[in-house]
Parts: sequence; C-alpha cells; structure tokens
Amino acid sequence: MRDRARRAIDGGMTVLFTAAGAVAILFIFLIFLFTFKEALPVFTDPEIRKEANLKQFFDNAQPAERFEDRYVWQPTSDQPKMSLLPLLLGTFKSTFIALLFACPIGVAAALFSSEFAPRRLREVVKPAIELLAGIPSVVLGFFALLILATWLQDAFGFTYRLNAYNAGLALGIALLPIVFTISEDGLAAVPRGYREASMALGATKVQTAIKVVLPAAAPAVFAAFVLAFGRAIGETMILLMAGGNAAIASLSLNDPLRTLSATIAAELGEVVFGSAHYAALFFIGTLLFLITFISNSLGNLIIARMRRRMQGESA
Amino acid sequence: MKNVFPLALSLLIAVAGCKPSETAAPSSDTGAAQPASNRPLSIKGSDTMVILTQRLAEEYMKLNPGRMVQVNGGGSGTGIAALINGTVDLAQASRPMKADELASAEKARGAKVVETPVALDSLAVFLDEANPVKELTLQQLADIYTGKVRSWKDVGGKDAPIILYGRENSSGTYDYFKEHVLNKADFSPKVQTLQGTAAIVNAVSRDVNGIGYGGIAYDKGVRALALKKDAQSPAIAPSVGTVADGTYPLSRKLFFYSLANSPERVTHFVQWTLTPEAQALVKQVGYFPLNTR
Repeated sequence: MRDRARRAIDGGMTVLFTAAGAVAILFIFLIFLFTFKEALPVFTDPEIRKEANLKQFFDNAQPAERFEDRYVWQPTSDQPKMSLLPLLLGTFKSTFIALLFACPIGVAAALFSSEFAPRRLREVVKPAIELLAGIPSVVLGFFALLILATWLQDAFGFTYRLNAYNAGLALGIALLPIVFTISEDGLAAVPRGYREASMALGATKVQTAIKVVLPAAAPAVFAAFVLAFGRAIGETMILLMAGGNAAIASLSLNDPLRTLSATIAAELGEVVFGSAHYAALFFIGTLLFLITFISNSLGNLIIARMRRRMQGESA
Repeated sequence: MKNVFPLALSLLIAVAGCKPSETAAPSSDTGAAQPASNRPLSIKGSDTMVILTQRLAEEYMKLNPGRMVQVNGGGSGTGIAALINGTVDLAQASRPMKADELASAEKARGAKVVETPVALDSLAVFLDEANPVKELTLQQLADIYTGKVRSWKDVGGKDAPIILYGRENSSGTYDYFKEHVLNKADFSPKVQTLQGTAAIVNAVSRDVNGIGYGGIAYDKGVRALALKKDAQSPAIAPSVGTVADGTYPLSRKLFFYSLANSPERVTHFVQWTLTPEAQALVKQVGYFPLNTR
C-alpha cells in the first residue's frame, strides 16, 4: 500500500519536472518563432522590401566621401537608410574590449581563488566576486556614464567622453563574475592527484597552476569565454547608457558607438507597428539570436572535442 | 516525514489559490463606493514636458484632494502612440500630432482628438559655460548638426572638434529641431543620442566641446546660446521678451492631447491647466505662459 503511494508520487514528480523542462524549451522556441515572424516581411513583403532588405542591411554604400557617411543607420529619415554595419561594428567593438578586460582578469582571479588563496580568504573572495553578478546593469551603466567616463577622459584625454573603451570596460565588469565563477568551478574540479603528481615531480605552485591545472580545466575556461561572449552581445542597458549611442561606422575605439541591442531598446518604443523600420528591428533581434546561437553551438562543439582529447590522453 | 512534502505542496497551492479572491473582494467593494474621478488620470509623452506636467499635477492634486494624476515621460511619439492604443488618458507632446496619427487615433478610439496648447517653449542650444562661442546663425547650427562643420574653429571658437549631443528619434524635440533647423536634412551619424533633455544638459556641462539642444527650462550649469536668423540679423538670446514678440527663432507650443469622449477627470485637469494660477506655475517652471505672445 505504502509502496504504491510512493511510486505514484514519484511518477507524478517525474511528470512535473519533465513538464517544467518542456515549458522552458517551448518558451524559447515560441519567442524565436515570434521574432522571426515579425522579421519575415524583410524577405517576403514587396512594400517593406523597398526600404528594408538584405542588400539595404549589409551592402548599401551611400555616395559620400567619408566611410562613416557611406554606411549609416537612419531609419526615420525621409529616405530611410538602414545599414547594419555601424551597429555591428558597435556591438563587436564593445564586446572585444569587454572580453579583453574580463577574460584574463576573470581567469587570473579564478586561479588565485582555487590555487593560491588560503581557505579563509577564498571564502571571502569567491562570494564577493559572485556578488558582482547581482549588480543591476542599469547601475553599472549609470556608474560608467557619470564616473568612469570622466576618469577615463581625464586619464587618457579622449575626444569623446562616451566611447568604446568606456562602454567596453563597464560591460567587462558585468562579464567578470561569469568568467570567474565558471572557470573557478572548472579549476576546483581538477582532481587532486594532478596537483600532487606535479608537485611530486618538483614543480612549483605557480608551475603547477599554470601548466597542469589550467590546461586540465581548459574546457570549463573556454565555456566561460563563450558564455561571456553571449552575454556581451545581448547586453543592452550598459551600452545604451555608456556607449554614447551614435551609430558611426568606424573602427576607432575612440568614437562613441551604438550596438544592435541598444538600437532595439531605443527605437522599438516609437516605431509604427508593421512598418519597414519595425521589421528591420525584429530582423536585428533575429540576427542577435543567430549570433549567440551559433557562437554557443560552436563553443559547445569545441568544448566537447577538448574534453574528448583530454580524456583520451589521460586514459 | 516522507509525506510532509506533498502535503506542504498541496497546502501551498490551496493558499495561493485563495489569496487573489481574498484581496479582490474588499477592493471591488471600495471601487464601487468611490466616485469615478478617483481613478488616477494617466499622462504620458514628451520628456521636455515631464517637469512641467509633474509640477502642474502636484499643485492640482493639492487643490483637489482625492484626484490622482500619474505623469510619465518616454517622448512625444511614445505618448501619442499610447493615446492611440488607449493605454493613457492624456498625451503630452512638444510637437503637433501628425495627420496620420490623428486619423489612426480616431479610427482606433472612435472619437476625435482634442488639442490643448498649454505653454510656450523656446528650444535652446546649450554649450558648456567655458566655450567662447557666443552666437551662431541657424545656418551654422544646421551645418554643425549635419556634420559639415566639425571644428569650433570654423564658427569662431578654438581649434577643437565639436561633440554633438541630441535626442532619440522618438522625441518631439528631435522632430522640431530636424524640421526647423536642419530643414529636414539628416542628422550626422556622430550625434550621440541621449534620453531626455536633462541627460543632454548633464553631458554638455561635462564636455567643454559639447553642444546640445532642448527646452529652455533645463538651462542649469550650461549656457543657452544666442541665435541669429541669418548672418545680417541680430543675435537673440531666449527670454520671456524675445519668445513673446517672436524674435527668438526657435519657439514652439507644448500640447496636451485627449479624446473628445474622455471622462470628466481628464477635462477637469486640462481645463484647470489654462487657469491663471496654473499658467503662473508654467512660468515658475521656466516655460512661457500662453498669453505671452
């Protein structure tokens, strides 16, 4: 009797958990479906294709001398110009700086926490860095807008207060806890035997950490980079506030920038439903989804391969 | 012990199920007892007008206890879209509604739109206080914002790049500037777009080479530039006098938009904003009362 009740509860719970998993996947699927559906007129509607189409987005040089005047995002102009080049450049510039800042520092901090810090200190450092993840991005954006930008301009004499360095650094602060947490978990999971074997062969603590533990945790560290990249591409508020919000097609890190995500945030409130501009914004959304989807899939593939190789070597 | 979890779960579900009905009952009671005017009046739109409407709403609520007014920004376009979609009672706008917006409002809401000018605003051009440039012609201003002129040297300042600040394209101020200064030409891609005039003033006050534009009421810590219609005409700084006699080239009306079939709480507020005491507040906030012209 008791046994049957237990089995029933167990069965019920299994169904509950399966349903929860299915709902999560269903949501992602439906959101993508909706985004893509709204972007579809860019490919199908002849009226909208006059203003917004793939050639407009990726290959529509205006007749102008300067490069930055040739590729412009001006969707509400009398002759709408919808080149995505300045927005793509803005996204990649800020992401580049952010990763350049967050990846080395995050991994170094993770190495310190897992390999060098005394246990007591580690119990302070780890939650402190993880607490950074709890700072709302609007607060980080505000900090970068008012304080960080002034510091950087005073220190380096930038022409523009809000530029790629400022936006990238603020974004990097948001990525730091992601890189740290995942790398740290990976480093801590490396079997004790690796460290003991390395020490037994006469390696110092630093040699062990860098030449044995870090390579053994490489898949986790790489996974951290991939996740950080995905977050950087999608982050909106920080870049909306700290990037200066000027869609300039320029490679210079001194110029203000506008990202794909910030463009959606700034313009979707005003856009006329069903217009070419509206479809273009949803096309940007689809593009963002594809970029993160492809980078995550590629990342997973590489991680799986690294893992396999490592296991092959150790076996 | 093993049976505790499902029990707790069912208890939780039962409690959660009860909660809404418990709280819903008293609120529906009071809802019926209160007059309809106790529903808050919602206003949304122009960021330029937020401080003005906010101030008017505070005074209005003080004079009329029991009446509630909620004010939100977002830009003129956003407020007008909300009026069309029926999510607010009143839209505040720093530009007139366009013909297609009026048509879609009438179609969606089944009533004509009522326009009420509430104040005069002069659009000021802001520079950092340390910038030596004292005046510009409208043509020079247009050249600066379209990106033709890129150095302060070309308009009588020092040899430094001009840093452009402007508004989002959902802003009525953006539309006004584009139409009246740029003659509908495109802004330079180098314009850094910020949310709200306060943000622009803040940015310009931190940037010696910056230039921005917005409602004159935000003139704090920056200098409002004197403007010339063309090279021969005198430079005119924005002030009550120059806006009143129309010599300052960039002045405009600020509007409330409501629907002809809107409830009493809307008309009561809008009527009040035109009274002398409300118009005195308009002046206090830094805009110009309607009767100045």
